Amino acid sequence: MNRRHFLLAPGAAALAAALCVAAPSASHAQAESQPIHVGEINSYTGLPAFTIPYRQGWQLAVEEVNAAGGLLGGRKLEVVSRDDAGKPDDAVRVAQELLSNEKVELLAGTYFSHVGLAVADFAARNKLPFVAAEPLTDAITWTKGNRYTFRLRPSTYMQAAMLVEEAAKLPAKRWATVAPNYEYGQSAVQWFRQLLSEKRPDVEFVAEQWPAQGKLEAGPTVQALAAAKPDAIFNVTFGADLAKFVREGEGRGLFRNRTVVSLLTGEPEYLDPMKDEAPEGWIVTGYPQEQIDTPEHKAFREAYVKRFNEPPRQGSVVGYATFKAIAAAVEKAGSTDAEKVVDALSGLDLSSPFGPITFRALDHQATMGAYVGKTTVKNGQGVMTGWRYADGADYLPSDEAVRKMRPE
Amino acid sequence: MSFYLVQFLSGLATAATLFLVSSGLTIVFGVTRIVNFAHGSFYMLGAYLGWTLVERWGGTPLGFWGAVAAASLAVGLLGALMEVGLLRRLYRSPELFQLLATFGVVLVMQDAASWIWGSEDLLGRRAPGLRGSVDILDQPFPLYDLVLIGLGPLVLGLLWLLFNRTRWGTLVRAATQDRDMASALGVDPARLFTGVLFLGSALAGLGGALQVPREAVNLHMDMAIVVEAFVVVVVGGMGSLTGAFVASLLIGQLQAFGILVFPQITLVLVFLFMAVVLVIRPYGLLGRAEDAPPTAASPGPPLIAAAGMARWVPALLLALLAAVPLVAGDYALIVLTEVVILALLAASLHLLIGLGGLVSFGHAAYFGLGAYGAALLVKHLAAPMPLALAAAPLLAGLGALAAGWFCVRRSGLYFAMLTLAFAQIVWSVTFQWYGFTGGDNGILGVWPPDWAAGKAAYYWLTLALAGGALLLLRRAAFAPFGYTLRAGRDSALRAESVGINVRRHQWLSFALAGSAAGLAGGLYAFAKGSVFPTLMAVPVSVDALVMVLMGGIQTLSGPVVGAALFHLLETEAMSRTDWWRLVLGAVILVLVLAFPKGVAGFVRDLWTRGRES
Amino acid sequence: MSRRLAVENLQRAFGGVQAVRGVSFALDAGEVLALIGPNGAGKTTCFNLLNGQLRPDAGTVRLDGVDIVGLPPRRVWRMGVGRTFQITATFASMTVRENVQMVLLSVHRRLFGLWTPAAAGFRDEAMALLERVGMGAQAERPCGVLAYGDLKRVELAMALAGDPKILLMDEPTAGMAPGERQELMALTSSLVRERGLAVLFTEHDMDVVFGHATRIIVLDRGQLIAEGSPDAVRADPRVQAVYLGGAA
Repeated sequence: MNRRHFLLAPGAAALAAALCVAAPSASHAQAESQPIHVGEINSYTGLPAFTIPYRQGWQLAVEEVNAAGGLLGGRKLEVVSRDDAGKPDDAVRVAQELLSNEKVELLAGTYFSHVGLAVADFAARNKLPFVAAEPLTDAITWTKGNRYTFRLRPSTYMQAAMLVEEAAKLPAKRWATVAPNYEYGQSAVQWFRQLLSEKRPDVEFVAEQWPAQGKLEAGPTVQALAAAKPDAIFNVTFGADLAKFVREGEGRGLFRNRTVVSLLTGEPEYLDPMKDEAPEGWIVTGYPQEQIDTPEHKAFREAYVKRFNEPPRQGSVVGYATFKAIAAAVEKAGSTDAEKVVDALSGLDLSSPFGPITFRALDHQATMGAYVGKTTVKNGQGVMTGWRYADGADYLPSDEAVRKMRPE
Repeated sequence: MSFYLVQFLSGLATAATLFLVSSGLTIVFGVTRIVNFAHGSFYMLGAYLGWTLVERWGGTPLGFWGAVAAASLAVGLLGALMEVGLLRRLYRSPELFQLLATFGVVLVMQDAASWIWGSEDLLGRRAPGLRGSVDILDQPFPLYDLVLIGLGPLVLGLLWLLFNRTRWGTLVRAATQDRDMASALGVDPARLFTGVLFLGSALAGLGGALQVPREAVNLHMDMAIVVEAFVVVVVGGMGSLTGAFVASLLIGQLQAFGILVFPQITLVLVFLFMAVVLVIRPYGLLGRAEDAPPTAASPGPPLIAAAGMARWVPALLLALLAAVPLVAGDYALIVLTEVVILALLAASLHLLIGLGGLVSFGHAAYFGLGAYGAALLVKHLAAPMPLALAAAPLLAGLGALAAGWFCVRRSGLYFAMLTLAFAQIVWSVTFQWYGFTGGDNGILGVWPPDWAAGKAAYYWLTLALAGGALLLLRRAAFAPFGYTLRAGRDSALRAESVGINVRRHQWLSFALAGSAAGLAGGLYAFAKGSVFPTLMAVPVSVDALVMVLMGGIQTLSGPVVGAALFHLLETEAMSRTDWWRLVLGAVILVLVLAFPKGVAGFVRDLWTRGRES
Repeated sequence: MSRRLAVENLQRAFGGVQAVRGVSFALDAGEVLALIGPNGAGKTTCFNLLNGQLRPDAGTVRLDGVDIVGLPPRRVWRMGVGRTFQITATFASMTVRENVQMVLLSVHRRLFGLWTPAAAGFRDEAMALLERVGMGAQAERPCGVLAYGDLKRVELAMALAGDPKILLMDEPTAGMAPGERQELMALTSSLVRERGLAVLFTEHDMDVVFGHATRIIVLDRGQLIAEGSPDAVRADPRVQAVYLGGAA
């Protein structure tokens, strides 16, 4: 499944090594019984905490597809997976390797937005379908969208819009924002401000903090936010920065009598490591995996727990749904021809653990949603409570606005 | 008012951690002159060990502080082990070789930590008895941070006592000022170095373990701290503990108050500060000229222009490389294209390091400027590729000319850190200027036109352009330009007294190296189809440095061999295993121990020995 | 004889220590002038003030009538002042011949060539200079492995390559065997005759000083205390006091 191609013996001298790389790898003639190769690229060493649940998710999907007899009348789905080291230029090289040497029919994966964009551009150039699994940037389906690229997860815009709906109901008028200092943080804050101001012209934004990703100076940042005396805070930090922010914020009373609205914080990837120190009462987007009891989710969860002996995380669902979508698209296209697969993916309907989703023909964005609720601590563990499923389809701009943004 | 006081205290708490880590670094550097990249890894290891021990014993104050101390000592022992097992074998190598060795340690430790503690962030217990906060003028302030604030001066005081009131400390100070004198005093330098590595690493480990109650321990802690620790060391003045203390305080305050004025300045603040300090003060705040190390690269044996059969090796290699597309597939060609480009990048850096004795930590800036120069022309002016490729070395050269003017006025690690500061400034501007550079989402669609779009065509184009540039660099090394550069490195005193303007020559070399790197960057942009700020980030500078050192700095073929070896190794390891950093790190360590003069240096020695016998 | 160098009232302090105070002297073409004095008298400081390495606090240094105070060493060198150092400074990564060629390239302002190999430039001139100082046989050896005395001779060849009018030699024979010392100074004297050079040198070996200097000036604690022919200086009671009392 995780087939790796051994090209050369270690320690070979430079030229010898180069020539070895040059040796063409075994060809994959396209016989009917040949497996369908999908190239998968993600930041396995850069962000293992997020990408390993994701990998398990797609492994489960692929196993299910193959156990059910494969695709196109018996062809197995075979994934060639590679690390991108978290760097776009490495990802492009790996994509080329997958295309040239492994003869993959599709590409999938990526976590970081810039890596996703680089692979999307590569896919368009090489006319290869690409299902971007995790990158959140709006650009990948809008301003830098292309015919061959599809994205599964709800984008920054969608997630911000889901939270704005809740934020607008709050009495809070004075808002402060804290977000990592890069495109994801910037656009999350920008959309949040714009959408909230549209719904609530009476709010004002009184402070903003832009810590460098991974280097949040928690004390000074918390203090600076508190000094602005906001009624509520919009948080976009995540991971280690979030944990630091929460600890320092609790210690300095930042969250006392203030509502915090926070992007992604309800996902197990972020909530679990905080254990009993998970924030109380934050309004978040996330994935309350232990509580969702729709039939499709229960089936997924049971299969996942049985296979990996641990509960799924957000990434698991993304990995699973990405490869289920690929399988569905190939089946719908009736072939692995790139153009046909792209056409099949446009407007593809499928059932995901979160319920039915559609890859919109308009902008190739999937309508997969997220769960919006409040955080609380139960049995020494952060969980979501009072949540609801926010269907992605309801949190997208008008078709006309989207068409304007897309270059085609 | 109370707000500013609390903000000030927050800055002090930041400063305390910074000081603990950088004091260790400055002590190690002062005595051993080793640029210890692994220092950040020791910090991370301290945090992980601290987490494990605090989870076990941390229920009581005694248990907690015992756990912190134990973690610190354990990390110290590991540092001593690194000295005995690795660095000690390299004291006779060119000084920079030890830097390469510590980089290998960084890679190994990243994967080791991931293997032992798993990939998830670990949020540890809080310090018992110090969970709450106290009100300072009605503003709550965490108790634990108050303890940290006190710990900084306490450690400074203890170190002062150690260095001024004990025999060992006196010897270390003597060795800091004059290594030869120390050995003349009958001190065994090896034992002294082991002790110093122990102390320095233990301080890093202490800094790490103390973070357990403040933040989630994670696998990115090493890189996050090590660059900043170097900044503190250099701003304070190398080898100066008080300097490190003052610099930590200033940087802590700068971060506390800087974000109030410019919330978006977080990416570049410390580097801006360092650049300003170094431009004004050549040896940092409290450093003295005599403590500054000599230029890092010691003069090697004379360059030997290949004679006889060997003269045809480059031409033969070029012919062979040009023939590769006849047998190779697309992927092999793009990997080889990258190797050729990186060889040019490494060779351009080698011009500075190998010939000029100028170790740059920021060479990626010019690679990136070249890539962006090309990409911006394509994006904003729809320029054709030849024009964009011509602009790449030009923009990079201009950037190098501007930064170089400041940098060549400093030497040794001060020079290196100033190049890093400029690189980080360029990086952050590129990263944040969304309207012009596309910010961190980069610029897409920088593909070659149809005539060069084939993998073979682009490979040949790269081979021609980069090969030509490599040839020019090689000619320049043997031409008066390269001789003059080496003259300035060998003896600036003598060079100046025979009419050579050393600084101006270094400046021009910096620009030449920058534009060569820029050409490499331009070629890289079209090879990848997109450019991102990652191209000018620290890891690319470090990779280039590693390539040069792996090949060996004393030969002109070194960087080319190093680039090929490093890149092929990395791509192969990456496509085979998720533990590729471990593999790469282990290979680097083996290479360093087996070939202390670099691979090309080793081959040359074999060759020379063969001819002599 | 023409006046080459005129030094007036040279002053230089380091911190609070007055290293050179009010030194004045002159140097004519064809002279071999020795600057002597006990350790720490300020001899090397004087040299550094003359060739631009240090800037004097006060005073003038005229070279052929032109004030050169404030010029960097490389400019002073271009005006005809060659120098050898107390601790030899050569280009260790180059061969002996290349060291001299390097200077010749600088003389001819050919430092920026990117294409033609440096080793091809001024080869014969470099060899001629090396033959002159007796280093012809070692021309192809790396400078980094030479014996100390040989390095001193390489330095002399490098200084001569600039075709100087004045040669400043800071302890030119330090580290040499006695025979070698006399040989080197004899060579220096003959160069002075051949080329009409003016030489200023410092030296601890009194045999060398009194055997080869045409005139001597004596420095003590930054001040000139005596000046004259070797015989006159030898007889000067102040000089005797300094040397006997200073026990240098």
